[in-house]
Amino acid sequence: MSSSEILLLTCLLAPLSGAGILLIAGRSLPKSFASALATTSVFLSFIAAFLLFRQTGAETAAFKLNLFSWFTAGKLSVDMAFRYDQLTALFLLVITGIGSLIHLYSAGYMHEDEGHNRFFGYLNFFVFFMIILVTGANFAVMFAGWEGVGLCSYLLIGFWYKNSDYNLAARKAFVMNRIGDLGLLAGLFMLLNRYNTLDFEALQEAVKAVKSGDAYLTTATVCLFIGAMGKSAQLPLFTWLPDAMAGPTPVSALIHAATMVTAGIYLVVRNHFLFSLTPATLDLILYVGLATALFAATIGLRQNDIKKVLAYSTVSQLGFMFIALGTGAFTTGFFHVFTHAFFKALLFLGAGSVIHALHHEQDMRFMGGLKKKLPITWITFLIGTIAISGIPPLAGFFSKDEILAFLYAKNPILWGLALLGSLMTAFYMFRLYFLVFHGSYRGDAHTESHIHESPISMTLPLMVLAACSLIAGFIGIPEVFAAHSHWLNHFLGNLIPVQHPEGISHSTEITLMGVSVTAVLVMVAIAFRVYGQGKVVPVAPEEEKNPVFKLLAQKYRIDEFYNFLFVAPFNAISQFFGKIVDNQIVDGIVNAMGNLAMTTSGLLRLLHNGRVGTYLLAMTLGVILVLAYNLIF
Amino acid sequence: MQELLQNVRLVPMEHYVWLSSLLFCIGVMGVLLRRNTIVMFMSIELMLNAVNLLLVAFSAYANKPEGEVFVFFVMVVAAAEVAVGLGLLVMIYRNQNTTDSQALQTLKW
Amino acid sequence: MLTALLVFLPLLVSVVVFLSPRKLAPGIALAGSLAALAIAALMINAFDPALGRQFSFEQAWLPDFGISLKMGVDGFSLLMVILTTVLTPLILASTFNQARSSGFFGLILFMESALLGVFVAQDAFLYYLFWEMALIPVYFLVLIWGNDNNKVVTYKFFVYTLAGSLFMLAGILLLYFNNPARTFDIDQLYTLQLSGNQQSLIFILMFVAFAIKLPLFPFHTWQASTYTVAPTAATMLLSGIMLKMAVYSIVRWIFPIVPLGAWVWGDVVLGMSIIGVLYGGWIAVRQDNIKTMLAYSSFSHVGLIVAGLFCFTEEGIQGAMFQSFAHGINVVGLFFIAEILFQRLQTHDLKLMGGLRVSAPVLASFFLILMFGSIGLPMTNGFIGEFMLLRALAGYKLWLGVLAGATVIIGAVYMLRAFQKSMLGGSEKETFTLSDLTLREKIILFPLAAVVIVTGIYPQLILQITGPASAKLGELFNVYLNYSSLN
Repeated sequence: MSSSEILLLTCLLAPLSGAGILLIAGRSLPKSFASALATTSVFLSFIAAFLLFRQTGAETAAFKLNLFSWFTAGKLSVDMAFRYDQLTALFLLVITGIGSLIHLYSAGYMHEDEGHNRFFGYLNFFVFFMIILVTGANFAVMFAGWEGVGLCSYLLIGFWYKNSDYNLAARKAFVMNRIGDLGLLAGLFMLLNRYNTLDFEALQEAVKAVKSGDAYLTTATVCLFIGAMGKSAQLPLFTWLPDAMAGPTPVSALIHAATMVTAGIYLVVRNHFLFSLTPATLDLILYVGLATALFAATIGLRQNDIKKVLAYSTVSQLGFMFIALGTGAFTTGFFHVFTHAFFKALLFLGAGSVIHALHHEQDMRFMGGLKKKLPITWITFLIGTIAISGIPPLAGFFSKDEILAFLYAKNPILWGLALLGSLMTAFYMFRLYFLVFHGSYRGDAHTESHIHESPISMTLPLMVLAACSLIAGFIGIPEVFAAHSHWLNHFLGNLIPVQHPEGISHSTEITLMGVSVTAVLVMVAIAFRVYGQGKVVPVAPEEEKNPVFKLLAQKYRIDEFYNFLFVAPFNAISQFFGKIVDNQIVDGIVNAMGNLAMTTSGLLRLLHNGRVGTYLLAMTLGVILVLAYNLIF
Repeated sequence: MQELLQNVRLVPMEHYVWLSSLLFCIGVMGVLLRRNTIVMFMSIELMLNAVNLLLVAFSAYANKPEGEVFVFFVMVVAAAEVAVGLGLLVMIYRNQNTTDSQALQTLKW
Repeated sequence: MLTALLVFLPLLVSVVVFLSPRKLAPGIALAGSLAALAIAALMINAFDPALGRQFSFEQAWLPDFGISLKMGVDGFSLLMVILTTVLTPLILASTFNQARSSGFFGLILFMESALLGVFVAQDAFLYYLFWEMALIPVYFLVLIWGNDNNKVVTYKFFVYTLAGSLFMLAGILLLYFNNPARTFDIDQLYTLQLSGNQQSLIFILMFVAFAIKLPLFPFHTWQASTYTVAPTAATMLLSGIMLKMAVYSIVRWIFPIVPLGAWVWGDVVLGMSIIGVLYGGWIAVRQDNIKTMLAYSSFSHVGLIVAGLFCFTEEGIQGAMFQSFAHGINVVGLFFIAEILFQRLQTHDLKLMGGLRVSAPVLASFFLILMFGSIGLPMTNGFIGEFMLLRALAGYKLWLGVLAGATVIIGAVYMLRAFQKSMLGGSEKETFTLSDLTLREKIILFPLAAVVIVTGIYPQLILQITGPASAKLGELFNVYLNYSSLN
């Protein structure tokens, strides 16, 4: 086994062993040991990933680690194989890097919780599956990771399992993901039917001869995209993600912002060779992404729960990533995944720090003026907010502007819509920021007296992530500023063909940047005008006067709509099948057969009346008949 | 012995057949029509004896002893049957206070 | 010889158990079942999948009718033998804390013997005999130890399955009379050249019995009530092993003997089974009795197994065999958890439970593992089986695979609902506090959970046992597949 393979195995197995120990023996371990073990194991994984990354350049060939044949039957043969290439390298860094920071953060955040050790077990388990997801060399192994992170997501959303609402949210997340998974499975089966392999490399070879726009492949990629929709919370399968905020905040940061929800983007980028053959699917992805980005952003405008705002922001940002993929700019999509991971994790952790300080108060109506009391959280949160709004030179600007440039090349109208989305992002993020940190405190005095900055284990990750949010964008400096400055494109170039926005001159590109940055700054100014002084305080959705705002605050009543359209009929049909069809009709027929036998026997037994005379008469007649028969014939 | 057979042969064969048929039919009708089990029992005996008569007649005409041997068998069986059957009837009478066959229906179904 | 020992040892021990006093009975029964397990282990050790039937045993019995005690073990048989011998000791042990007479334990061992007989018999008459023999202990188990309403339910179950078996008897006799050698020997039956119509007729006759036993839609209505009413040990035997008799019988007695019949009726069977997959799962969504819910879920899973078989490909058959094994493990574990809950709470009603995870975290963890095995999460056994079956279906007709694939959604809905209703929650309403698992319960659940995970990660353990046998069967149908792809 080569050293790279050992490193990859370490990367995989470190979190698994951590999870194994914590989930099996967790209850008898001291809390400090558990959090240290979990954090170390992920950090070990990070070191391994980093060492691997150091060995990897743009020219380095991918290597494959084939552990054993997972299952074979007939023509179907699937290996338990892992693959390491440039894309995997970057994903691994993000997962294990942010993963270890969030583990560290959780050590402070979850310190008081009775399920502390279980929490770390689940978290480690999640990192393990996430690594499987991005290292799997074929669809089946990737799917194992895909479902595994879904499991961990289920367990962690419902982590506080005594609360029934949280459990419902967990179940909803799992089931909605499964709806997407069915699409993914259908896509896999279509690929299997035609190419008889699930291996990414083999598939790439197999589709080389396929013409662009192939109908079969289009259907298959649409199916794959349905899977991505479920996992990455795109319209119409997005409603689970806001509900998933029921989980502890570090979970929201790690799973529901930085890593798991980007699995859908990973799926598309990994299979760019399929998707680039199917322009129709790419268009679908583009429009779904755009619709989601706008739809979620509008909801985000009127949410009062700090985590809900961030959740809708995540949905919206995921939409932006899909927009990039939809334009065929796969590296750009990944670029946004990369930057988003930092600033969204930062924002969530910052929000967690606020929630922690306010004793689990999440409603922004009862916050305000926290910048003095939580200085580190304040600064870092501000950095995150600027980064997500797309103000240069922070991370979000680079990736978002690249997306917008591609979109402009495709269609200026779409560009306008996407810009609108990013403006809304800037608005609601600064609304959030002003409501929480500016103005004066609006909660009760008792809580106020206890507000304190979080411990170092929580603020350290904030600072690291803030630093990353500041600089992460520089891995993709636009080519307009300097030739060959786009390191990311160069690094991934051998794996994924680099796209350039076509038909856009450098001057147009710079103008576009200018327009979007100016517009964003205007939005920030408006947000400051409205919320900066802390005079305007949002109201509860029920008290909202403006019907449009009310609809936004109630999230377009989409959950109620789904309940009415799908859940209620589903349950009603189940009742109908169980009570009427099965009990009355199907079983009724069976019982009718039984009753038929009973009735016939009831009729026949009338002959058997117990009178000797009748029997004798029957016997005599019988004998006479037999004799007569013999005489006649 | 031969003399006995000669005497039997004095009556024509047809007469035996007719007589025993008549006796048998009387027995059958008795069993079917009468309700008193004792009378039914007697009717059964009558049927047996009708058969016995015929057996003896055939045996004599055929000059073979087997028929007569059968008659003895039948008589023995009938005697045993009477012993058991009458015992049963007495028991039924004691329990039910009747020997009317129409009243004895407890065996139905 | 080993084979005969495997079948008759439990029978012998069951007689001893019947006669032994109440105190000794469970121990003797457990020892008997462990001895059977040991024999099975010897077999696994010496077994070479590539060689076909091994450990053959033949003894003339009624030579005038061409009936002999012919037994042997091939890949399919061995897998089922493993399933039976592994599960029986666990099922026995699951009842140890209940005050039941020796007869109860004796019947379970008797059942084991009959089941093993079905799986190793290589003579149609012998097979039929064991098949019917397996019904007897269940009848008494449900009748004597079942809970309320058991008389009606038992009666219906017994008559229903017996009626099915009579069809099978007719089918076997038809085979016999179409066999010029006038024997029930399976090797003779495999060489029969039957016309299409004969094959169809025999297929229908035999398949009715299997469709009832499995059960397939619309022959399933005995199942939910019987599973609910039966003592849980009997439910485990029924769902874990007994319905696998039918799966096994399809690959042993139908596919090789009347392939054309199976081929002709394949689409009908596919329709029945896929309706069952969705319909059963859908009904399970709103069941409040945990045993009824599991019964419908079992119905749904079995539908998928049969659908995989009737794709007539190696993948489908392998998937079906694997999933039979996996389902046996999972469902027995889940029923055992239902039993544990019942013993502590005296109810099967999910509405009355809630918040149990607080006081019984270990129980909840085992429940979780088995549940996700049943849902088919990757790295558990359920995924491998489900994936291969759906793959086979999708390979036959893509839309069928996707339609049946809806089970991955519906399965998650009903299982998670049951888990949530029983284990989770608890902050707002008053909940039961119950003692967590005892050592005995842990000893039973641990191997089951371990098998769920180990065979999920390394399924070749199971797949390699049946591989060559499935491949052979798959080849048999290649002729038809090629022919139909020409048209």
